[in-house]
Amino acid sequence: MRIKIEKRLTVPKYSSILVPVLSVALALFLMGIILLVFFYGRLGNLSLAFRETFEAYKEMLTWPFANKYGIFSTLMRMVPLAFVGLGLSFAYRMKIWNIGGEGQLYMGALAATWGALYLFKDVTSPVLMIILISILGAAAGGIWALIPALMKAFAKTDEIVVTLMLNYVAIFWVDYLVYGPWKDPKGYGFPGTAPFPDQARLATLFKGEFHVGFFIAVALAIVLYYVYKRTRWGMNSKIVGDNAQAARYSGISIIKYTIIALVVSGAIAGLGGAVQMMGIQHRLQHGFSPGYGYTAIIVAWLAKLNPIAILLVAFLFGGLLVGNDQLQMFYKLPMALISVFQGLVLFSLLGGEAIAKYRLRVSREEAVTNE
Amino acid sequence: MAELPVLEMRNITKAFPGVIANENISLDLKKGEVHALLGENGAGKTTLMNILFGIYKADEGEIFMEGKQISVSSPHNALKYGIGMVQQHFTVVPSFTVAENVVLGLKEMGFFVKTKTVESSIKKLGESYDIPVNPRARVWTLSVGEKQRIEILKLLYTGAKVIILDEPTAVLTPQETEVLFKAIRKLVSEGSSVIFISHKLDEVLEISDRVTVLRGGKVIGTEVRSSIDRRSLVRMMVGRDVLLDFDKPKTEPGRTVLQVENLTVKNDKNLEAVRSLSLSIKSGEILGIAGVAGNGQRELAEAIYGLRKPVQGKVVLNDKTLRHTDVAQRIKGGVAFIPQDRRALATCPSLSITENMFMKNAHTNNIPQSPFNVNIRAMQKATEELISSYSISTASTKTPARFLSGGNLQKLVLARELSTKPCLIIAEHPTRGLDIGAMEFVYRTLLAHKERGAAVLLLAGELYEIFRLSDRVAVIYEGEIMGYTPPDPKFTEEIGFMMAGSKQGEIA
Repeated sequence: MRIKIEKRLTVPKYSSILVPVLSVALALFLMGIILLVFFYGRLGNLSLAFRETFEAYKEMLTWPFANKYGIFSTLMRMVPLAFVGLGLSFAYRMKIWNIGGEGQLYMGALAATWGALYLFKDVTSPVLMIILISILGAAAGGIWALIPALMKAFAKTDEIVVTLMLNYVAIFWVDYLVYGPWKDPKGYGFPGTAPFPDQARLATLFKGEFHVGFFIAVALAIVLYYVYKRTRWGMNSKIVGDNAQAARYSGISIIKYTIIALVVSGAIAGLGGAVQMMGIQHRLQHGFSPGYGYTAIIVAWLAKLNPIAILLVAFLFGGLLVGNDQLQMFYKLPMALISVFQGLVLFSLLGGEAIAKYRLRVSREEAVTNE
Repeated sequence: MAELPVLEMRNITKAFPGVIANENISLDLKKGEVHALLGENGAGKTTLMNILFGIYKADEGEIFMEGKQISVSSPHNALKYGIGMVQQHFTVVPSFTVAENVVLGLKEMGFFVKTKTVESSIKKLGESYDIPVNPRARVWTLSVGEKQRIEILKLLYTGAKVIILDEPTAVLTPQETEVLFKAIRKLVSEGSSVIFISHKLDEVLEISDRVTVLRGGKVIGTEVRSSIDRRSLVRMMVGRDVLLDFDKPKTEPGRTVLQVENLTVKNDKNLEAVRSLSLSIKSGEILGIAGVAGNGQRELAEAIYGLRKPVQGKVVLNDKTLRHTDVAQRIKGGVAFIPQDRRALATCPSLSITENMFMKNAHTNNIPQSPFNVNIRAMQKATEELISSYSISTASTKTPARFLSGGNLQKLVLARELSTKPCLIIAEHPTRGLDIGAMEFVYRTLLAHKERGAAVLLLAGELYEIFRLSDRVAVIYEGEIMGYTPPDPKFTEEIGFMMAGSKQGEIA
């Protein structure tokens, strides 16, 4: 008997569910080893370290997903991830690698703050205010993405580098404003703007544990699902993503599609920034995002760019972020561990996808010929 | 007959989801023989060879090499046994030199490649097999025929004893085909054996010693060259007699559909490929363009279709001057284009057959639909009909296009381009890669469109195709039209001179 590895002709359907689930499980397992080592170092006793790891795991998984308050925190963490993830999917479908979700999120937040505190400060209607701020935030994210879009469409620059670099520019703009001109004079020297007026805050439910930005994200996901499946844009962007030459041959303007894809992608991320400001932050602060824009890349990828799946994966990752907060608070674990965990998920996912293309075949032909 | 065959395949069976590609196939190859494998698209030729070359694994069956059973698990492994294959789609690195491509992937080369030694041995190897190459040339600068020669050299360099050529002439000009045949004859005289996959009967009859015909995944028969002729081969392949020499419908050319004026187009290397060329085609007329490949045919077609920006000149469709590089305008105006490179240009490999079939629907509006509510079911239904009327062999309408064989992919492109009612059809090698049954179908379809009143620009390598279909023949040489002749084989000599660069009238 011998075992052979063969390439599959088609990847079976169940693998699209099995692979992410198994890769998260594998990442949890590897994370457990790291935690164990960490606790052993601190406690110096293996059985205690085992118990501590187990407890930490329980805390990390039960609080965000099985506790009422934890679930609300998870949902709130999910919102920015979902927005940026949805935005990225719009560009990734065309194989345009927008890495600038973080920057577009920041610019959206920046514009929302500008609107709330300066530009629309005389608007009193909350509905009008929220609509205006949302448009402003989306426009800012879109314009931020327009820069790499124009460069890619007309000068064929690489969008990965440009979008990534613009993240830093956006973050530094925000820092400049919150440390400088926009700093709240009543803020005790903290780097942040003045709080948003009440009419620029999203409605909350459950005693402020939850804001309606979540429903906007869900509605957006449904709209995008429809756009991808049933509209001409959805069909044509698939063609561009699969074979740009064939798209040109089909009369699709690559320049137009590239620009629109990146701008819409940035606008959705920018809207996410505005919603984050209006829903939770209520003021622009230094480093308000713990890397949502980067985590969203993993979210979009894990969800295979399917908008509905992006919601689910964003929920899962939101929970991991909340779980990490718990660990940080109660076990004094370093913040960097969550990045390690995300990295582990991504690694096992990519590995899992590669492995899913193969299958093991057990054959007995050797045994027969030996007789 | 005591001599063992070099290679023997016994009772090979291979099934794919939904189809049995090979059913109980046995084949043997003698030393120093050219064994042709003939069959329609989807008959299982390529699958069988992919099994031999270790790309697929057979479900059942055995392979023997010089009497010993072997198990080929990968192409690398196949090369070790001395089995080499030249695929339909070449696997060369364009930016590397010829020598670098030949030694690419050879473990024996070590870390540092001794360029000088390799180059001189490649040159010698090439000369000894009548395959002259320049080992220092960059591969992207070479013609298709030259790239193919490099693939063959690569195999010879690794010491292949059995060489599989998968439809090697599909991409070659008649002249290049001659060079290839010379090389094949030399190969077998030196003791190699060649498996020659093709569906061009004339070539099979010319080059092979024995012919095995496959149909529907089964062996119909293996015959010695001397015992067969064209007619019997066709019957074995198709299972019936096929009529390719049918009458052209008589149509009265109508008004001018396409007018090209002083068009100058540059190729990818930034050289002028089409030089101040003018031509016009009327409704109900087929203009055949004859010429050796690489004389500006591709650039001409792409410029007319709007994929390539001309340096100067005008393209006028139905009295309307077209904007350069506006493909959408052409599609809306009723221009269909069957390009030479269907895999890279005309299809999306990962998308389904339905999606490929309606790639252009946004502009053709063949199935009318709103941009905000695409009617997938209608497209699916139409695709099913097209699959059956163009006899595309596929498991379903949802199969990704990359799983289609070359011929079936061509049928997909033809179905998309010809199922609308185009007023101008630009057809570049429309029957390349098709078997004889499908060829007949394409000829009939093109002629039906002509009868309906479409103008057709036919760019084909094969003269017989041009003679059979065209109303006028233009000969192109280095981007210029050398002259026109009626579509009659008695002008072959004159056309040949013009293809070689003499202007009409210069020939006494």
